[in-house]
Amino acid sequence: MDGFPILSAILALPLLGAVACLVSSAAAARWIALVTTLATLALCIGLWATYQIGGPQWQFVEDAALFGNAFRWALGIDGIALLLIVLTAFLMPICIAASWEAIDRRVPEYMALFLFMEVLMLGTFMAQDIFLFYIFFEAGLIPMYLIIGIWGGANRIYAAYKFFLYTLLGSVLMLIAMLWMVNYAESTSIPVLLNTDFPPQAQTLLWLAFFASFAVKMPMWPFHTWLPDAHVQAPTAGSVILAGVLLKLGGYGFVRFSLPMFPEASAQLVWVVFGLSMAAVVLTSLIALVQQDMKKLIAYSSVAHMAFVTAGIFTFNRQGIEGGLVVMLSHGLVSGALFLCVGVVYDRLHSRDIDKYGGLSNNMPAYALFFMVFTMAAVALPGTSGFVGEFLALVGAYEANSWLAAVLTTGIILGAAYMLLLYWRIAFGTARTEEAAKLPDLTRREWAMMAPIAAVVLWMGVYPESFLAPMRQDVAVLLERVARAAPEGDAHVTAGAPAPAAHEGEAH
Amino acid sequence: MMNDFLLVLPELILTVSGLILMMIAAWAGDRAAPALTWAAILTLATAAAFLPGLASPGGSAFHNLFAADPFAAYTKVIVYLAAIVSLFAAMSWFGRDRDYRAEYPVLVLFAVVGMGMMVSASDLLTLYVGLELQSLAAYVLAAFQRTDSRSSEAGLKYFVLGALASGILLYGISLLYGFTGTTGFDGIAAALGNDGVSTAELFGLVFVLAGLAFKISAVPFHMWTPDVYEGAPTPVTAFFASAPKVAAMALLVRVAVEAMGPAAGEWRQIVIFTALASTILGGVAAIGQKNIKRLLAYSSINNIGFALVGLAAATPEGAAAVMFYMTVYVVMTLGAFLVVLRMRDANDQPVETIASLSGLSRTRPMLAMAMAIFMFSLAGIPPLFGFWPKFLVFQAAVAADLTWLAAVSIATSVISAFYYIMIVKMMYFDEPAPAFAETREPVGAGLILASALFVSPLGYLAIPALSAATLAAAWSLF
Repeated sequence: MDGFPILSAILALPLLGAVACLVSSAAAARWIALVTTLATLALCIGLWATYQIGGPQWQFVEDAALFGNAFRWALGIDGIALLLIVLTAFLMPICIAASWEAIDRRVPEYMALFLFMEVLMLGTFMAQDIFLFYIFFEAGLIPMYLIIGIWGGANRIYAAYKFFLYTLLGSVLMLIAMLWMVNYAESTSIPVLLNTDFPPQAQTLLWLAFFASFAVKMPMWPFHTWLPDAHVQAPTAGSVILAGVLLKLGGYGFVRFSLPMFPEASAQLVWVVFGLSMAAVVLTSLIALVQQDMKKLIAYSSVAHMAFVTAGIFTFNRQGIEGGLVVMLSHGLVSGALFLCVGVVYDRLHSRDIDKYGGLSNNMPAYALFFMVFTMAAVALPGTSGFVGEFLALVGAYEANSWLAAVLTTGIILGAAYMLLLYWRIAFGTARTEEAAKLPDLTRREWAMMAPIAAVVLWMGVYPESFLAPMRQDVAVLLERVARAAPEGDAHVTAGAPAPAAHEGEAH
Repeated sequence: MMNDFLLVLPELILTVSGLILMMIAAWAGDRAAPALTWAAILTLATAAAFLPGLASPGGSAFHNLFAADPFAAYTKVIVYLAAIVSLFAAMSWFGRDRDYRAEYPVLVLFAVVGMGMMVSASDLLTLYVGLELQSLAAYVLAAFQRTDSRSSEAGLKYFVLGALASGILLYGISLLYGFTGTTGFDGIAAALGNDGVSTAELFGLVFVLAGLAFKISAVPFHMWTPDVYEGAPTPVTAFFASAPKVAAMALLVRVAVEAMGPAAGEWRQIVIFTALASTILGGVAAIGQKNIKRLLAYSSINNIGFALVGLAAATPEGAAAVMFYMTVYVVMTLGAFLVVLRMRDANDQPVETIASLSGLSRTRPMLAMAMAIFMFSLAGIPPLFGFWPKFLVFQAAVAADLTWLAAVSIATSVISAFYYIMIVKMMYFDEPAPAFAETREPVGAGLILASALFVSPLGYLAIPALSAATLAAAWSLF
């Protein structure tokens, strides 16, 4: 693999696929998109297989001065980026499959936009140049705006505008902050900036500028209002990508930029993050509890889960950060899968109203089974991916602040309440409408979408080491970097004095 | 002396061939219009080939009245290219309605001569003569469709307001001359630098800037722009939005840096005010527009505001960013206007309402895609190339310790993003309006394709070449 620009190849593949889709017929475009995304997934799995755990911090590095002195085509990944890249590549073929029949008009454009979206998201995780990162990060607005606006539901135009302008406003200030940083550090390279000590008084403003962008993207309460609208109106695959990957950009940004570049400001403003996370967990869970619209419910639950990510990342300890990262991966799978579950019944009945369903476990047993696996993962049942992440995040949070841990735990209880309520109202009891009683079970295509996600969810729940191992060293680097500013937790963990074990002989 | 003439060779070529073409036009009549247009295009290309300062170091001619430096050369290349494109556009657009007339290419040539004088001026009088030559040609062009009352109105409005602005400019020039004792840029700079900026000199400076702000249609001197853009025939509007804007902007940069450099602290406040006012008003006022040409007028006001952010930095990097901005701006704007030129209803009548773009992605997918690219690019959304010049002006502002200005103006760019994505929404989300008439025009299609490719992410590959050229141009001012 040495010397072969595999990261560029991974980016080029979907890009070529997108161009090919644009000029082909609907049926051909579907197959081109599926084959391209599967090939990209294969390359990304190859990437994971050849990634050296414990090797250099940045691997598969590429650097070409394509754009003069302004910025560079610099790519490279660490373990954190690696897993998010694999997640993106994993969800993409599933999105294409989910759109196979649901999208019946302007198919070539749709598939091209999805592939283009994949390029941009993968590029965001790969970029090693801060401006290249910004370009990839921001460019995602265009395809997502078009996907929501063209193929979305009834109120799609409002949702598309809100999504575009809200997230644009959030991120423009980040660009100014980046310009300031580059001006100060005289380098656009992210690895260099990661080791630059910015003056603490400037850090606060820089931190806030980055926070504006990532908090909107994440989204954190109270900047989340664009998310329910966008989710509800987007087509199923759009929701999957939005929840599965786009929201992760915010968390990735916190881990990659806010925390290691501005440790002092992070420590100083940690109360903002904790406060908003606590508010988010409780408030959005309560909001989710009263939703009638399935997609809205899952959208609000996303905000609640993202609060675990933000809280975990800013605990400044290993459990918290690793937990936050695992919650990101797990939520990417689980919420994506839940949106797929909604999409399956929406395709049949064209309604997202919970009251139109009921008793689906009678006529759709396979569907009910998968839906239950994902519900349990969202509730963080041990043995599923959700448990690992939320447990670690809570351990980290307890070490940092007991109040934070207490409130977040309430969130888990509330989360169980709204998810089980949703599952109960949809799958158990008797059908509330005649149509719901006649719904046919999963097709083979839908099986093929659900089964891989369920398998990975269980894998991550049973043997999380596969996912924690690549990140371990990078989290250590991050912790070392922020150690000088880490605020003191209120847990005061002290090592006990080792006492010799009682000998049987003494008892005599 | 001979050397002086070599330095103004492009202007000589343009003037002489303009006069010859005028004679031919007078005798051969409108039948010769297409041939004359091709001749004018050829002339512009020839003049570009003889530009001093491009490959050679250039110099200053006629006792420092005329500067043929890399800055002037770079601007002239852009101006000539924009003029060539708008000549193509005019030929096919007027030709379709059979009212293309032979004086059109001649007027464009004279306007280009005027612009050449403007960007090369190193004396307030050269500046004024160039500006007037360009303006007079432009007034006639605005009223080119004599039988159309909107066109005549646009011409008249442009003339009256333009004359007022010329008056203001001339008053400022006379004040500066009176209190510095010279009209040469270097002399003025020396006088301002020696003993500080007196109140009277400040007045002169303000009046000169106000007159120039009119030409670049920066707020608060922008009122004429939407009316003239709407009333003038569309190819003329395309021309107004491109070449003269670049020339006037370059002129403003040169005056601000070369003549008023020592007073940078004074004019910076003015530039910052007009920049922010332009970005805000250009964003807010465009939202309610129903006519695509008016909308593009506000878009140009908005973009000029962003370019001025680079000037406010008052550094070589800032000036280079302005020139980079204008280069990309010209391509985006001409591209958008080339699309507008193709908007004709079933009866082959031009339509200008924004609503007629509805559902264009269904009826004309390629045209809609090109327009969407131009709109996102004008909004400055990466990965389109329109992002990069905005990036450069903000970078220059941040490097000059004007971080707050960069932050405020980038926040205003969200306002303007609203109406650009509104056009995209019309084309992609709405139900189709009646389809436009078919156009068979390979040159126009090729130009749209070329500009769309330039503002697509492929444009980023041009960054090394363009930054080197703009930086070289900007350094020749400092």
